[in-house]
Amino acid sequence: MPDTISLKIKRQDSPDKAPYWETFEIPYQPNLNVISALMEVRINPVTRDGKKTTAPVWDAACLEEVCGSCSMLINGKPRQACTALVDQLEQPIVIEPFSKFPVVRDLMVDRSRMFEALRRVKAWNPLDGTYALGRGALVSSETQQELYHFARCMTCGCCLEACPQVNEHSPFMGAAVLGQAYMFNLQPAGSSMAHERLDALMGPGGHGDCGNAQNCVRVCPKEIPLTDAIAAIGRQLTWYSVKKFFLDRGGKKKEASGPGG
Amino acid sequence: MPKRVIVVGGGLAGLSATIRAAERGMIVDLFSVVPVKRSHSVCAQGGINSAKNLKGEGDDPSIHATDTLFGGEYLADQPPVKGMCYAGPSIIDLLDRMGVPFNRTPEGHLDFRRFGGTLHHRTAFAGATTGQQLLYALDEQVRRFEVQGMVEKYESWEFLSLVIDGNGQTRGITAMNLWQREVRVFKANAVIICSGGPGLVFGRSTNSIINTGAACSRAYQQGVWYGNGEFIQVHPTSIPGADKLRLISESVRGEGGRVWVPKDAADRRAPVSIPESERDYFLERKYPKYGNLVPRDVATREIFHICTVEKRGIDGGNSVYLDITPSQSKKSPEVLEEKLGGVLEIYRKFVGDDPVQTPMKIFPGMHYSMGGLWVGYGDRGDMIAQMTNVPGTFAAGEAEFQYHGANRLGANSLLSCIYGGMEAGERAAKWVGSHSDEAPEAVYSTEKKRQDEINDNILKMSGTENPYALHRELGDWMTSRCTVVRDNAGLDELLNKLDEFEERWKNIDVNDRSVSANQAFGFTRALLDMIILAKAMAKGARMRDESRGAHYKPAFDLAKPAAEKLGNAHDHDGYRAYAAEIAAKWNTTFNLPAKSDKPITPEFGAYMDRWIEIQKQWNRTTIAKYLPGQQQPEISYRDVAMTVEPPQPRIYK
Ligand SMILES: Cc1cc2nc3c(=O)[nH]c(=O)nc-3n(C[C@H](O)[C@H](O)[C@H](O)COP(=O)(O)OP(=O)(O)OC[C@H]3O[C@@H](n4cnc5c(N)ncnc54)[C@H](O)[C@@H]3O)c2cc1C
Ligand code: SF4
Ligand code: SF4
Ligand code: FES
Repeated sequence: MPDTISLKIKRQDSPDKAPYWETFEIPYQPNLNVISALMEVRINPVTRDGKKTTAPVWDAACLEEVCGSCSMLINGKPRQACTALVDQLEQPIVIEPFSKFPVVRDLMVDRSRMFEALRRVKAWNPLDGTYALGRGALVSSETQQELYHFARCMTCGCCLEACPQVNEHSPFMGAAVLGQAYMFNLQPAGSSMAHERLDALMGPGGHGDCGNAQNCVRVCPKEIPLTDAIAAIGRQLTWYSVKKFFLDRGGKKKEASGPGG
Repeated sequence: MPKRVIVVGGGLAGLSATIRAAERGMIVDLFSVVPVKRSHSVCAQGGINSAKNLKGEGDDPSIHATDTLFGGEYLADQPPVKGMCYAGPSIIDLLDRMGVPFNRTPEGHLDFRRFGGTLHHRTAFAGATTGQQLLYALDEQVRRFEVQGMVEKYESWEFLSLVIDGNGQTRGITAMNLWQREVRVFKANAVIICSGGPGLVFGRSTNSIINTGAACSRAYQQGVWYGNGEFIQVHPTSIPGADKLRLISESVRGEGGRVWVPKDAADRRAPVSIPESERDYFLERKYPKYGNLVPRDVATREIFHICTVEKRGIDGGNSVYLDITPSQSKKSPEVLEEKLGGVLEIYRKFVGDDPVQTPMKIFPGMHYSMGGLWVGYGDRGDMIAQMTNVPGTFAAGEAEFQYHGANRLGANSLLSCIYGGMEAGERAAKWVGSHSDEAPEAVYSTEKKRQDEINDNILKMSGTENPYALHRELGDWMTSRCTVVRDNAGLDELLNKLDEFEERWKNIDVNDRSVSANQAFGFTRALLDMIILAKAMAKGARMRDESRGAHYKPAFDLAKPAAEKLGNAHDHDGYRAYAAEIAAKWNTTFNLPAKSDKPITPEFGAYMDRWIEIQKQWNRTTIAKYLPGQQQPEISYRDVAMTVEPPQPRIYK
């Protein structure tokens, strides 16, 4: 066992500054993860060469891989820093911010485009009000399990970082939101808004921009079956556009019911 | 002034408050230090309580209320507890309608599991990530209001202070953009603080590392009372780590998990090779009825005792086994996966062992604060439900003190967050309706100037202390002196130490003067607030010379008579008189069971006499008031509102 852990961190002082690298060494302890290693660094922010510097800036909250905050590139892989166990990583551990999102500072990036995408596809169930209206629809255990897979998406952005179609200049909203649209279209109440979601996914930045490279599903920390959802949304869109075509030709108004099921 | 409400915090409480206020036509400005979807509520694993009685066990909201009051050793004001328990079933229905993927029975109904402190299946759950699922469902509804223009989110903004005018009325807040360090004033005549718990005051805890408690501390320093601060729940089962203590949910025991240590402390065999007859299932042994599901404070003290006093922890260290393996839990690996997947995954990811194959090793960890900002318990006199003593400032969720008394039952917090949040949203909207005048501009500019000055002074700090190292010390001191076992000498030392920390804080080297996302600066500012809040907790603990719920002082513990000597409280005349006294005071009547003909043993009689004396002195809410310029808070006590039932001695069998 080495008696130190070395971390090579890509830093950037603010959005408009150029990035640079700093390397830190901390005393070895067993069972650390990358966040606990970064905590050690900020207790003594001195580089390996003895230069006093500022503590690197990073996002983290739950430290149990459920909040989605701590996404970083660790040894080149998009993943959550809190579950990246130091003992399993090659050293120096190279830590970079995600490249597909604007850097705020150091390892902290601005992922607001993912939340914007959720607004665009109306990622919610309709609700008449919070007053007592009795229970919701009965749901089979199978449907619940299927919904639950997608409901664990923590908007971490790993799937966007890994996707060749996503970049700062492309409008593609990425796999996460396709998964969410699929989930809401499957919800007993949410399905009534399926056509609105499909409308949002037909345009630029929607489903058509996915190149089917399947990187997303390989990096998702929650193992969400994203490519299944992408395929299902594809089928819903085909069905929906055929229906729309005939309805439009017939000059009729759009029906309120969607194909969600 | 437009109909505007400010909500600080986007966890379950804050989002519930936001939804209800928006529904009442308010424009809501919602503040959170992280995108609301990343709030600490995502961590809740086990579930949410409500007496839906879908298992045909005769469960009922009144039993839920009794379990909650009893579990919290009657320190909670009773009207809101009753309100919460009766609203429970309709809250679950609401969440169900919002689309929360709760686990289902074969017929498609909601499934319920057991949790500690009750004998009923009362806990609805969505896998082992219930908090995440509830938070997302509420977040989605808030997004709907956001698109409608009713809600404006300020994410990555930190609440710095309330704006309070010369008459003591709330007029808004100041907040700081964490990415650009810009301080701004936001106006509203009602502010709801839903900033969650103070885990970071204890260094490492089961909480998210954004839970500094700073927002509560800031309100407290501006005159909001802090209630029952000494009541800190230490969860019996967590995995110690260098960065945090990861919770292993009570649901593991709810699904049949068993706690044990080898009978022979020197036994070094692998746990699976130790036969059942050579294991000590100490909770089941001591509490045959509740077994592994005794309330948290009881389980925590037992585990702590086994390890630190009896020295019978695994390999002589600080851990015991929590065993969910199929032979112990009587559940197949598939069922365990379906019901507990999220928890099992945490253990696999962070420890590397598979809990389905081999028992987990766990130890208690700081988990939850029953204490928090004081709020009113009903709309009576000058008191408004969920409103603090500062008119126009409300609080909900773990940030306030109201629902759990001296000890919170598992899965009651999520319920209290949603119920309290909705109540606060309702009351805040009403308040704004009748308090619509505008404050003079100077009220705002003065507060903004004060905040700018505080920030400028912190940025200049260039001493020798590192803020993160000082925080570690704070955590170590609070954990060792102010958690499971407390004594007055230790608490005196702690209070002195906290004064020392406050001095040393002034000698911090902030080391980073930049504008962009300056975390060292932000943390340094919050650290002082943590130290000040720690004093309210420690002083409350120092003053309370008794044991109640999570607050355990062996020197003042009232020993219970042996099981065979125990009797019924309602057979004791003194107790009946005490109950009648309370009923008269709260202008109500209690239906005590008729006296049985079981004689009272002398031991039980003496115990009851002493117990009643203790109740009269200590069954009261602790109020900490911050005194500007003084090192320590002023502690006083308020009567607990007992309108539902008289306290009973808390004896679990
Ligand atoms: C690991 C774990 C498991 C748990 N499991 C359960 C369970 O199964 N059942 C149960 O009932 N309870 C459980 N609890 C307790 C429960 O999760 C919490 O009590 C509850 O989620 C608190 O919700 P909240 O809305 O009050 O606060 P939080 O969810 O903590 O939200 C606080 C909000 O305030 C914001 N905030 C904080 N400070 C500021 C500031 N200065 N300025 C602006 N915004 C600020 C944060 O950004 C956040 O949005 C668990 C707790 C833990 C730690
Ligand atoms: S399948 Fe490929 S192109 Fe499509 S979202 Fe996933 S990674 Fe991107
Ligand atoms: S789908 Fe997976 S990778 Fe993508 S944001 Fe959600 S959790 Fe992260
Ligand atoms: S800190 Fe929440 S996912 Fe890593």
